[in-house]
Amino acid sequence: MYTVAIIAILITILLALARALSGPTVYDRIAAMNMVGTKTILLIAVYAFFTDRHDLLDIALVYTLINFIGVVAVLKLIEQGNLYTDGESPEDNQPEVNDK
Amino acid sequence: MIDNIVDITLLSFLVILALAIIRMRSLFAVVMLFSGFSFLSAGLFVVMDAADVAFTEAAVGAGISSVLMLATLALTYSSKNADKEEKPTTHKPWLPLSVVVITGALLIYGTYDLPSFGDPEAPSQLHVAPYYLENSMPETGVPNVVTAVLASYRGFDTLGEVTVIFTAGIAVLLLIGGRRRVKPNVKKNGGDREA
Repeated sequence: MYTVAIIAILITILLALARALSGPTVYDRIAAMNMVGTKTILLIAVYAFFTDRHDLLDIALVYTLINFIGVVAVLKLIEQGNLYTDGESPEDNQPEVNDK
Repeated sequence: MIDNIVDITLLSFLVILALAIIRMRSLFAVVMLFSGFSFLSAGLFVVMDAADVAFTEAAVGAGISSVLMLATLALTYSSKNADKEEKPTTHKPWLPLSVVVITGALLIYGTYDLPSFGDPEAPSQLHVAPYYLENSMPETGVPNVVTAVLASYRGFDTLGEVTVIFTAGIAVLLLIGGRRRVKPNVKKNGGDREA
C-alpha cells in the first residue's frame, strides 16, 4: 500500500516538474515549485511509515516550514521588489535606478 | 526494491531539472528551478538516511539561497521585468566543455584506486567509526549515528560553524537588506507630520 502511494507521489512530482519547466508565467513556476516541495514532504512522510523510521516525520515538518517561508519570501519579492518594506502598492517600492 | 525505484526516479528528476536549468534563459525561472532541485535532492538525502545533510540542503539550498538569489535579482532588475530573458551567450563552449570533460575523466579514473562503496575494510571505516557505532547510542541516546557525531561528539565544532554562519548572515543582511532608500513620498509625509 505504501509502495503504491510512493509511486503515485513520484508521478505527481513529475507532473509538477512538467508545469515548472513549461509554465509560461512566473506564478506557474512558483506554484509548481511549491507543489514539488509539498510532494517531497509527503514522500518523506510516507517513506517514514514505509521504513518504520518515525524520526523522519520531524524532518518533514521542518521542510514544511522552509517551503512555506520560501514561497512567502518569493511572493513578497515579486510583489514589492524588495524584502524590507511592508507596503502594499508595488509602484511605490520599485528599486530606483538613478539615485545617488 | 522500492528504495531503488525512489532513488532512480529522484535522480532522473534531478537530471531533467539540471538540463532545464542549463537550457533556460529566464533568470527568475532558473532560481525557481534551483529551489526545486534543492528540495528534490534533500528528499533524496532523506531516503538515503542522511538526515543532517538533508536538513542543511533544505534550509540552505531551498530556503536561504533561493531567497538570496531572488533578492539579488530584485536589486538588479525592476520587478516588472523580473521574468526578463538573459542574453544568449556569444562565446564558444568548446574550451570549457573540454576542460570539464578532461577533469571529470581524471576524477573517474581516480575513483578506481578508492575502496569500493561500503567496504568495511576501507581505511575510513577503521579509525573511529567502530567506536561511534558501538558507543554512540549508550553515550548520547541519539538514534542516528551521524547526528550523534555532529551534535554531541563534535558539538563545539558545530557551535563554531553556527557562529560563522550567523556572522555571514548578519554581513549579508547589512549588504543587501540595509539599502533602505528614503522615498520622495515618505519624505513628504514626514514633512506634513512635522508641520
